[in-house]
Amino acid sequence: MADVLLQAESLSKVYRLPRETLISVPPRVQALDGVGFTLRRGCSLGIVGESGSGKSTLARLVMALERPTSGRVVFDGQDLHGLSPDALRRARAGFQMVFQDPYGSLDPRRKVLQTVSEPLAVMHGASRVEQRERAGEVIDAVGLRTSDLDKYPHEFSGGQRQRIAIARALVTRPKLIVADEPVSALDVSVQAQVLNLMQDLQDRFGVTYLFISHDLAVVDLVCDEVIVLQHGRIVEQGDPDRLFRQPQHPYTQRLLAAVPGQHPPRANVAPPLRPFPSGDGRPWPSQGPEGAAR
Amino acid sequence: MPGLEGTADTRAMPARTAPRCRHRHGPRAAGANPISSAGHPSRHRAHRLSLLEVRDLRVTLQTARGPADALRGVSFTLDRGDTLGLIGESGCGKSITALALMGLLPEGAQVAGSIRFGGRELNGLPESELCTLRGNRIGMVFQEPMTALNPLHTVGRQIAEPLRLHKGLTRTAARAEALRLLERVQLPQAAQRLDAYPHQLSGGQRQRVVIAIALACGPDLLIADEPTTALDVTIQREVLDLIAELVREDGMGLLLISHDLGVMADCVQRMLVMYGGTVVESGPTAAVFARLAHPYTRGLFAARPRLGLARGTRLSTIPGRVPELADLPAGCPFAERCPLVVDDCRRAPPPPAPVAADHEARCLRWREVA
Repeated sequence: MADVLLQAESLSKVYRLPRETLISVPPRVQALDGVGFTLRRGCSLGIVGESGSGKSTLARLVMALERPTSGRVVFDGQDLHGLSPDALRRARAGFQMVFQDPYGSLDPRRKVLQTVSEPLAVMHGASRVEQRERAGEVIDAVGLRTSDLDKYPHEFSGGQRQRIAIARALVTRPKLIVADEPVSALDVSVQAQVLNLMQDLQDRFGVTYLFISHDLAVVDLVCDEVIVLQHGRIVEQGDPDRLFRQPQHPYTQRLLAAVPGQHPPRANVAPPLRPFPSGDGRPWPSQGPEGAAR
Repeated sequence: MPGLEGTADTRAMPARTAPRCRHRHGPRAAGANPISSAGHPSRHRAHRLSLLEVRDLRVTLQTARGPADALRGVSFTLDRGDTLGLIGESGCGKSITALALMGLLPEGAQVAGSIRFGGRELNGLPESELCTLRGNRIGMVFQEPMTALNPLHTVGRQIAEPLRLHKGLTRTAARAEALRLLERVQLPQAAQRLDAYPHQLSGGQRQRVVIAIALACGPDLLIADEPTTALDVTIQREVLDLIAELVREDGMGLLLISHDLGVMADCVQRMLVMYGGTVVESGPTAAVFARLAHPYTRGLFAARPRLGLARGTRLSTIPGRVPELADLPAGCPFAERCPLVVDDCRRAPPPPAPVAADHEARCLRWREVA
């Protein structure tokens, strides 16, 4: 099918742990066990599960940072793990990643320009002028200023850093962005800004997201389809509307029941937000990237 | 010591304030809440000391950019058996409040105002006396159990330490008590786990150990600073249930710090919403959720992703960003981001306005918010 961007076919990954004694067989951990899914262009697939469920292993396999023990990852018609190193490096322009911790994922000694334009330099050998131009475009798209390119990461707040990380991912004009807990480290109000930005970017550039999160509400908001992972296996899969309303698998039910704030006084339904009297009589103003934190 | 006697008195009283409901039934209705906020001690309240009374607490930190007012006049009371939540985003002062209570503020911090614990003033108390309270009368649970525990010592030894130190228990007695505590925090196979090291436990199990240490000496006050933020949702639920159960059984006072509105709704009877070193709204949890009387509380609430929102919904956001402590404005700290701001907001910090009995919001225009 032409509109399928990413296909995972019965992916498994086994890690060998260090031997416990000299003569013992090294213990093995099955991090992922026969996981398969299809992701269509311009859609978002959410992966939920707890620590150790295999979410991040799945992300590393899709990003071709590790080889699966068995199974295939087909991205845009190419079997990623069957490519030559050279072809793989070229293919990497098509899929980029955003990590959880915007404090750890940006090099503190590099200016934003260097961080954001590095993928261009590596992949296309673009000229300096071209690099700066492209970096300016994406930094603008994520709601920062071009003058911010000459600053260092410590000059930005957590939410702004995550915008920079997203800009770095966007700069190669990827078809797929793998986002591993992109808003978990952010404060509630900043989290909302970044989630809105990610959705705006999808509308604007048609990016496809593989969205990994432990926060069911975030996945419900952003994703067209959800996979629930437990111990490396898919236990439930489907449309978030159905999956979160009528969870079939006991593990999904347990995850949902654990979400805090569902019992009265229910944070989710408390008072209907009445129109908020801001200057122009609109409800509480909703911010796109243009109204982003400055 | 007079302070401890005062505490003992309060302890000996019948469990008048012990929560009658499990936290999952939600906080008590507004009228039933025995804590009254500042100000109007009725005649018979005057005879009774609150477990913890914080009055006009101000903390100034020394930063690279000069002195920063991290707390600008925080007041609250907490009784035994009651649960109080502090909520806010990074840099709002919620953790600084907890550190100030325990006398653990960073070097060079200046503290003004009063912290009375069991009738005894903690502000200005020498370190040696604070040491007799911390881990003894005041238990603490922090966010990251891996850093709170010493990786080189066994779990049993770390639980026994406060018992040996404060209660003077022998090694054997302390070990036996440590085992009882591990069973109490429902750590599976407690007897074997006594000799385990922290790295051999999962995150949830480690947090249970930290809770066991906090409870070892039967404290009057438990301070939990984001106790479940580093944990998975299902584990978070178990740990919160455990804390609620222990607080109910022992009738301690609980000060729970969290950035999660859902956790607040589930776990505390009363909450303080903090912003820019100030309590912007305070009241019984149910009343605060029902009214959201401060524009910041309202913004925080609206920004939260909730299950059941339609795919692609844009969340409401609060424009701008949290002000830096070093450049907090003279007036309302939220003024720069508030859609309702008027000139008066920038002149002086707004006084607390009585939204309802026992429910206050520091907003000049609170009537228009709700």
